[in-house]
Amino acid sequence: MTALLEVSNLHVEFDTYGGIVKALRGVDFSVESGQTLAIVGESGSGKSVAMQSVTGLIPMPPGRITAGSAKLRGKEFLGQRKLDGKTICGDEIGMIFQDAMSSLNPTMCIGDQIAETLEVHRGYSRSKAFSRAIELLDLVRIPEAARRAKQYPFEFSGGMLQRVMIATAIACKPSLLIADEPTTALDVTIQAQILDLLQSLQKETGMAIVLITHDLSVVARMADRVAVMYAGQIVESGSVEDIFYRSAHPYTLGLKLAMPSHSGGEDHRLRPIPGSPPDMFSPPAGCAYCERCDRAMRVCQSDNPPIFTLDEGHLSRCWQQHPQHTGASEGLYKKATAHIDEVQA
Amino acid sequence: MSELIRLEKLTRYFDMGRGKRVHAVDGVSFSIAEGETLGLVGESGSGKSTLGKTLLGLYDKTAGSVIYKGEELPAHYRPKDFLRMANVMQMIFQDPYASLNPRMTVGEIIAEGLRLKPDIQAGDVRARVTAALERVGLHAAHASRYPHEFSGGQRQRIGIARALIMEPEFVVCDEPISALDASVQAQVVNLLNDLKTSMGLTMLFIAHDLSMVRYISDRMAVMYLGSVMEIGKAADVYFQPRHPYTQILIASNPEPDPGREKQRLSTPIQGEIPSPVNVPPGCRFAGRCPKVMPVCREKTPELLPLVNEDRLVACHLYTDAVS
Repeated sequence: MTALLEVSNLHVEFDTYGGIVKALRGVDFSVESGQTLAIVGESGSGKSVAMQSVTGLIPMPPGRITAGSAKLRGKEFLGQRKLDGKTICGDEIGMIFQDAMSSLNPTMCIGDQIAETLEVHRGYSRSKAFSRAIELLDLVRIPEAARRAKQYPFEFSGGMLQRVMIATAIACKPSLLIADEPTTALDVTIQAQILDLLQSLQKETGMAIVLITHDLSVVARMADRVAVMYAGQIVESGSVEDIFYRSAHPYTLGLKLAMPSHSGGEDHRLRPIPGSPPDMFSPPAGCAYCERCDRAMRVCQSDNPPIFTLDEGHLSRCWQQHPQHTGASEGLYKKATAHIDEVQA
Repeated sequence: MSELIRLEKLTRYFDMGRGKRVHAVDGVSFSIAEGETLGLVGESGSGKSTLGKTLLGLYDKTAGSVIYKGEELPAHYRPKDFLRMANVMQMIFQDPYASLNPRMTVGEIIAEGLRLKPDIQAGDVRARVTAALERVGLHAAHASRYPHEFSGGQRQRIGIARALIMEPEFVVCDEPISALDASVQAQVVNLLNDLKTSMGLTMLFIAHDLSMVRYISDRMAVMYLGSVMEIGKAADVYFQPRHPYTQILIASNPEPDPGREKQRLSTPIQGEIPSPVNVPPGCRFAGRCPKVMPVCREKTPELLPLVNEDRLVACHLYTDAVS
């Protein structure tokens, strides 16, 4: 079965006054229909750039895709606006952003903004598009959709605006929805509503979702598969259970130990990851995480580790998983869980 | 532990003209013991930050009072009140990008408060700034740099150093970690915890990240539309919430555990926090509450202690159970 979206070896750079920022340094991932892939990482890790370069949303220049490919149902489309007569961005791929307020036009009423998508991509007449917009608002569970469609963004709350964004993104029934930090600016109660909505829309339409977030709890709730990004590379990827219960990369483990436990009992002291991510003007020759890693070896400083396969679909970019490293693979799982147990004890 | 600060029916309204009034903080009473950390959670618009600022005198009090070590603080701060209280109370702000003046060096930013202390010699300032920087894990050499040269986590450390150079007894932390990445959040939380122990600080820790508040606080208060709904030991409130609002808030908080998340039921609450303008009588949560009763729409429940439990809840469900 071919994946819906398959991205491989993606390299993206940006020209800035300070020099060239190597934002992506060989990123591979794929999503299948009906599946949710979560891309997790800190700010500056390249998670948004990865999706924006696929959809052609990064400004070029200063941005530049230096290598890589992106295939939709097996067909290459990177750098193109259209594929088989359909516009990639809007028709095939819908997108929602973190800040719904600044992503919408404050001088246009909500209904017209949703209708615009349909007029442009589907050639609907104005009135037909507007009545479809009301149906879409209903679909994303906005009460009194017909009245609300005539209102302006300032009359909506943050959670409601995010629903409007979702309605716009799914207007053309895309096969893939990219949600870039969709709930970061929202309260937990509203976040729960939006995540529920995304899940039920996915069930109804069978679309794939790529969820970009920095919040591991949201990942646990939503994802089928997870890719952990660090300094422009995916350092670990696998099923959500692989990432949470069998984490292999020291960065993934570090992120987990930096959070307070959610079960009762005595608290362990939080273990922050020391230091900060590397300077992307001149990424280090070796592993980018090496300076912050508590298990760094000599090889980590000089050579960037390749991707090692631990299990079916579970990949990690760390020298610890090299077959010749003592206690590789299975042993490391045990070490990893023992490490957590010891800290939580 | 003796009581350090007590709020009595602290109220702050904002008049918007045309008879509209925002009830940002409405009759909040609680006390914080010496050396204690009280966590304050609630949705945006619940009045958490306004409470913190009114408490410090940055906003005038509409009604009610703040009693600090037995002394009632003025409702409206005059310059001399600020001069005096800056030595005992300080604030750490949410946004480490907006709260540091980009045209001042870090050393100037941190030293600024010391001008309020007349007995400090000019030569002593540099030593104090160095000590403050080192206390938050930065270096003396950083004093001559500007804020833009630092990362978010480092800027938040600068904000902490600025607050702590005054050697306050009480610190209001207004969402100090919300703008930071997960790996850096833990650094700042650990730093605050260490400083609390070494300097004997008392803290009001405002945040919306429930798990982090549970971790850092001794007690936890839950606010909704300007009122406190529940207050008690942090672990009790988090693991056995009593107020329907707290229950919903905790149930909406996702956990980093896919196994448990798969079993999670669908959203327990619909609707959003209503506008705090001209709040109707009765319980503020009545409109969204799944357990609402007729009495809730008529009478505002008081924050009362539960029998056999070290906590206070403002809910009519427990009116029979109150001691």
